[in-house]
Amino acid sequence: MLYREVGQYKTSYAADQALLPILQDRIGIVVILLIAFVGVPLTASDFTLNSVLIPILVFSLAATGLNLLTGYTGLLSLGTGGFMGVGAYACYKLTTYFPQVNIIVLILSSGFFAAAVGIAFGLPSLRIKGFYLAVATLAAQFFLSWCFIRIPWLYNYNISASIEVPTKTLFGLAVTGPTATSVTRYLIVLTIVAVLTLIAANLVRGRTGRTWMAVRDMDLAAELIGIRLYQTKLLSFAVSSFYCGVAGAMLVFLYLGNAEPSSFDINQSFLILFMVIIGGLGSLLGSFLGAALIWGLPILLRHAPAFFGLSIESAKVDQSTFMILGVLIIFFLVVEPQGLARLWQIGKQKLRMWPFPY
Amino acid sequence: MEAGLHSGKKIGGVVLGLENISLAFGGVQALQDVTFDVREHEVRAIIGPNGAGKSSMLNVMNGFYQPQQGIIRFGGREYRGMKPHAAAAMGIGRTFQNIALFRGMTVLDNIMAGRNLKMHCNFLLQALRFGPAMREEIEHRRAVEEIIDFLEIQHIRRTPVGRLPYGLQKRVELARALAMEPALLLLDEPMAGMNLEEKQDMCRFVLEVNDHFGTTIVLIEHDMGVVMDISDRVVVLDYGRKIADGTPDEVRSDQAVIDAYLGVAH
Amino acid sequence: MHLLYEIFIDPFVQMGAAPDLLVQTLWDGLVSGVLYALIALGFVLIFKASGVFNFAQGIMVVFAALTLVGLYQHGVPAYVALALTIVVMLVLAVGVERLILRPLVDQPEIILFMATFGLTYFLIGLGELIFGGDPKVMIASQLGLPSGSYRITMAHGYVQLQKIDIAAAIIASLMVAGLGILFNRTRIGRALRAVADSHRAALSVGISLEQIWVIVWFAAGVVALATGIMWGARSDVSFALEIIALKALPVLILGGLTSIPGAIVGGLIIGVGEKIGDFYWGPLVGGGIESWFAYVIALVFLLFRPQGLFGERIIERL
Repeated sequence: MLYREVGQYKTSYAADQALLPILQDRIGIVVILLIAFVGVPLTASDFTLNSVLIPILVFSLAATGLNLLTGYTGLLSLGTGGFMGVGAYACYKLTTYFPQVNIIVLILSSGFFAAAVGIAFGLPSLRIKGFYLAVATLAAQFFLSWCFIRIPWLYNYNISASIEVPTKTLFGLAVTGPTATSVTRYLIVLTIVAVLTLIAANLVRGRTGRTWMAVRDMDLAAELIGIRLYQTKLLSFAVSSFYCGVAGAMLVFLYLGNAEPSSFDINQSFLILFMVIIGGLGSLLGSFLGAALIWGLPILLRHAPAFFGLSIESAKVDQSTFMILGVLIIFFLVVEPQGLARLWQIGKQKLRMWPFPY
Repeated sequence: MEAGLHSGKKIGGVVLGLENISLAFGGVQALQDVTFDVREHEVRAIIGPNGAGKSSMLNVMNGFYQPQQGIIRFGGREYRGMKPHAAAAMGIGRTFQNIALFRGMTVLDNIMAGRNLKMHCNFLLQALRFGPAMREEIEHRRAVEEIIDFLEIQHIRRTPVGRLPYGLQKRVELARALAMEPALLLLDEPMAGMNLEEKQDMCRFVLEVNDHFGTTIVLIEHDMGVVMDISDRVVVLDYGRKIADGTPDEVRSDQAVIDAYLGVAH
Repeated sequence: MHLLYEIFIDPFVQMGAAPDLLVQTLWDGLVSGVLYALIALGFVLIFKASGVFNFAQGIMVVFAALTLVGLYQHGVPAYVALALTIVVMLVLAVGVERLILRPLVDQPEIILFMATFGLTYFLIGLGELIFGGDPKVMIASQLGLPSGSYRITMAHGYVQLQKIDIAAAIIASLMVAGLGILFNRTRIGRALRAVADSHRAALSVGISLEQIWVIVWFAAGVVALATGIMWGARSDVSFALEIIALKALPVLILGGLTSIPGAIVGGLIIGVGEKIGDFYWGPLVGGGIESWFAYVIALVFLLFRPQGLFGERIIERL
């Protein structure tokens, strides 16, 4: 009953093709945005912002990037961590060379470097597909990980091979570095993620999204309606890597404050891939849901025993997290291969009729 | 100019010429020295027993296979072989025997995908959406809706294609091909697997496309009734060679054709 | 100019100048190649028979080794521990078949591939939970495996061949031979090949998919155990092994996903190529290229021969 679409007639194609054609959806999004931009900064604790919301948003962006490549275009990639790393190190070098330039500009620019690297590693996609392309992206991941250690120029010849984030300001407020408050950082991350997600939604709804999905579903048929496969795949690599690069830069500059080469290794790639799988391949909402679940679950598990008055050592909690994660992945693939996003859609479907049975 | 079977239709000059096409896969000779042409606005049928090379012929026309020998004349130029997206760009549309729809997408998205070549807004404009990209999207949506009306598939616009029954999938595939506004439409067994009612509908659509839009049609078909009814000229293939070429009546009474279908050894 | 010399001439000069080093490097490469081949073998077994690309093969190696050592550390005699571990691998195979393969039987391969990711993480967590994360020593001598090495003098120096490596090569060959016979000469092997071709067709002639899958995952588990023992005997048993297992992927690309001889040949080529590349060309770029050089080799192969040396050509029909 709550979610009744009946009666909402669209009188123009524009209205029909809108991002949120259903009134309830629009109200919902406005409410969420209000909570996110206004409610949270006013009420949330530092811990919630620092350890929960900011990383979830950053990983959602990375998951969105991977989703565009793997979920929409069907190109399985195991190089996400590496592309994030390219963005992070690019941003670091940019702040070193252009210390006076606005940090937001630098963060977004570092996405372009990641996009360039993404295109370079997408070049094999002309000849190889599927599992083999995944192995090529794995090669990219290992090669990039190696670069992050063996090219000292990247981390300004720091002995420990790590990078420290300098303090940067925006309108007089510190936004990065140790003095930046979590609220400022949260708002910047939120804004960047919101804008980029909107752009992703536009791309996915339009011609680009359709060509990507066509390549995913049947590339031979895509060719015969005039789609140029190679350009489409490379564009997907470029856009996806851009998003991952920006996410990587934000990870370092607005969340961690520093980074080591291991922040962008193969485990990071797997983590983001799981977020996309569990959240839902081919769904932007899924990227957020998956990131929230996979990031939030260990935190929940870590605090659950205390909540119930038990005490379990943290190492055991970490190991249990691995096991539960593994079981969750299998569970989702068995029960709902299309992930949390599909479960959400089914939930909405039920809301259409609730409280009536049919 | 000759008048076609159906009153009022004018058949034009040759739009597609295939000369001495030979195609082999490894040791298998799929097509051997096949020559025929297709005239503008006509409905040309390719028939023949199974394995005669009909689908291969269509694949050559469409650019999926490059013939080892022979020349294709289309649009005033000569080609040794074509690339599929070049063929699409030149106005050749196609449907498949085994349905090549994008299963993850809805009917509407599938047909809109067919408008791909006609949409020109670049990627940055699309990222913005507001403005030129939106206008273009609506303009093409209008065109697609006309096709949806024409093929009577309004009720399944938003259904994911994988959920549709076979007959409707074929219709959606035809819609997608039509969305390209092709000058030449290649249909590979459009009636296969359909019951009588569906076949009648499909025939009606094919004829209307030919009449209303003037699209030249080449179709492969096994149902002889359909072939005799709707085609203007027929070419018959057997074991990769052309054995007859002419109007349906001429072909029907040709001894070589009768032998081929009856399996008489030759 | 100097750069060209360094890349194209100098390494070969070095090879000629110290042939004993060259032979040693070749031997080391062959040895790691054998171990890569064994891991790849596990992949091929499962892929051939169930069409599943078992990403968890690497962790199965670690898990098997951990179980063996863990049991021994709890006081179980070596050979009994070995037998028990084999039983554990059987239980694992049954568990996988029932809880993962059966529910996902009709899903596309990519879904099954991702399910093995889940299995990997599960086994990592379980292994750490039960046995702890610190490296352990493999009970090589208790199992009767030789230790020590042979020293062969040649040229101006000598080459050292570890006895355990020779043992590994012999055991690996026996296993490959055994599997080859299993696949090609026995009734079960024929059923395995039938299942690999088409699940539905196999079902329709009365082959029990479930049984076949259990058999094949068990076989892969035994191979994983053997690999774990060999590898653990050379260096310790730790979770770092899991990443090494990813090296099997380039091996599979080289050899072809469905070919047992391909896994062997591919493994040896990758093993040797990697070691030689790292030893002679590595210093040019700062060393440590072993982490990705194998993939470059595989990538080059992919561009020219996507189905690998022995794999089947994939033909797409329209």
